[in-house]
Amino acid sequence: MTDQRVNAAAAEVEMETFGALKDKEPQKEPRSQWKDVWDQLRKHKGALIGGGFLLFITLFVLIGPWVWRVDPKALDIRNKDLRPIYTLLWDGDAKTLWSRPLGTDNLGRDIMATLIAGGRASLAVGWAAMVLSLVLGTVVGVCAGYFKKLDGILMRVTDLFLSLPILPLLLVAVTLFRQPLRAAFGPEGGMFILIVGVIGITSWMPTARIVRGEVLALKEREFVLAARSIGTKPGQIIRRHLLPNVVSPIMVSATLGLAAAIIAESALSFLGVGFPSDFPTWGKLLADAVPRMEEFPERVMLPGILISVTVLSVNYLGDGLRDALDPRIRGR
Amino acid sequence: MLTYTIRRLVLSIPTLLFISIVIFLLLQLAPGDPMAQVPLTVPPEVKEKMREALGLGAPIHIQYWKWLVQFFWIEPQVLIDHWFGTTLSEGKLRVISWQTRSPVMDIVIQRMPQTLWVVGMSYIVGILIALPIGIYSAYKQYSLFDQAGTFVSMIGFSIPPFFSGVVVIVIFSVNLGWFPSIYDTTHVVTDWESFKVQLQQMVMPVMVLALQTTAQISRFMRASMLENLNQDYVRTARAKGLKESAVVLVHVLRNSMIPIITVIALGIPSIFGGAIITETLFKVNGIGQLLLTALFANDLPMVMTLTFIFAILIVMFNLIADVLYGVLDPRIRYD
Repeated sequence: MTDQRVNAAAAEVEMETFGALKDKEPQKEPRSQWKDVWDQLRKHKGALIGGGFLLFITLFVLIGPWVWRVDPKALDIRNKDLRPIYTLLWDGDAKTLWSRPLGTDNLGRDIMATLIAGGRASLAVGWAAMVLSLVLGTVVGVCAGYFKKLDGILMRVTDLFLSLPILPLLLVAVTLFRQPLRAAFGPEGGMFILIVGVIGITSWMPTARIVRGEVLALKEREFVLAARSIGTKPGQIIRRHLLPNVVSPIMVSATLGLAAAIIAESALSFLGVGFPSDFPTWGKLLADAVPRMEEFPERVMLPGILISVTVLSVNYLGDGLRDALDPRIRGR
Repeated sequence: MLTYTIRRLVLSIPTLLFISIVIFLLLQLAPGDPMAQVPLTVPPEVKEKMREALGLGAPIHIQYWKWLVQFFWIEPQVLIDHWFGTTLSEGKLRVISWQTRSPVMDIVIQRMPQTLWVVGMSYIVGILIALPIGIYSAYKQYSLFDQAGTFVSMIGFSIPPFFSGVVVIVIFSVNLGWFPSIYDTTHVVTDWESFKVQLQQMVMPVMVLALQTTAQISRFMRASMLENLNQDYVRTARAKGLKESAVVLVHVLRNSMIPIITVIALGIPSIFGGAIITETLFKVNGIGQLLLTALFANDLPMVMTLTFIFAILIVMFNLIADVLYGVLDPRIRYD
């Protein structure tokens, strides 16, 4: 009798276990990681606005020249020193022209057109330098993390680079190597290569450190062991298994790198060691306008605001991305 | 701790030597010619002799060795002579600037006070503003004050000093006329009036530099406070009936300050880099401006020495930060 009862109880327990194992509702669609990331990013208002503005400013400088068909280098001495039209709001006598909505500079060049051209240069330098430093940082980081033999020496090199005085060295390199590169690639191409190279070479260290740390942790995981056990070669493991898993820290440092590169290029232009004087960038436009900023404050403010807002939006985007890509914060 | 410090000090010597080689080779590879400004009427053989007089004829490794000896052996002797009135360095060749033909270190020492005043003051002001902001933001997380603090520090990160400097010049010295836009380094403080003038001319460069410092350190302070506010010992402190001010300002703050102090120490050398732009903008004739003019004049010994001084600062403050971290945090054991 007791046996029976025990058996019945056991059967009941068994039933319940199976019941718990069965799905009570239909299975949800599996969600990809990037969909989760996007959902989280959408909640971060600053990141959304920042990303939107970055997209807008990129399109503005890319498509701008086709919409605003004024040559930024065309001189128009008769219409020099025009004020932007919005100055009419408080100063009815200001010299303005409706065909020059943001005014002209001291040689009659259209400010709207130079801002677009300058933005192209600044953003191109920023993106190129960021990509260069990311590639360098990722390669160094992955090699140091994955190959034990290279770890010591590569990390020593990273430490050395971190203790170099960056801004003075940037200045030294740019002033000293300007001439030969200009001779080789033309004034604009040479400067572009020089500035992108110099910024990229001096800013890869944080990325390398982060990537190395991630790779060190990842390569001890089972999926890497499994991949190795079926005879996957190191190059294949790095490309197929490790790199996709370190994408998120790389993306976060990409946003930081973009902001830093834009500021570095503007700072170099501001100090007078950037692009040649007839080749506008935002930093250059700002620096050129400083001597006459009392009469024409807008020539300082417009490029300055563009630099600051672009960098601000990139920083907000990076902030949001960091939250969205961190699985511990995501979903809360 | 002592052995660790000594080991780090010894290890920093090869690092510094390597950095000096990198800088030296970079300058050697550079195509600039210090004789470029000499008039074309000077015959080539005279030019060649002038180059040799500058020490340019010697092979690279001898030039490097001479610079090394001058910087590490003769310059300290000059310093000792200056302090104790000895004559160790008499008749020895010092690092000479090609621009002014005077010893580089003398010029550096002339320029140092301006930079230290502006940069050091801005760093102190920045920290003094940043710490309360960070503490209060963390204590009232997600409050209006916290949101505003986050926004302001984001702006501090994003506005480069060459723009914020220009904006404050336009507003405060052009439109309002409160502060002079040019820093007068010949100004001597003798009485109350001249002290006020000195304060007025320092306000703008100091605030522009301090904005960057504040943005960075207040973020770190907030993060560090947040981490500690949720710890068990805070609950214990509250449970035993401590006043809230004592809990936050004594227990939590002291623990949160450990990483902040290293951040502060690490930031000191980088602020010298940022000072180059601010010094150019406000026309402070400090070290940054000296480096810039030396670069444009192809004055290689000056550039070499200044860049190396920056490198020494970075290496030293890295070391100080690490040692301080170990001293302040008993959980960190280096040995």
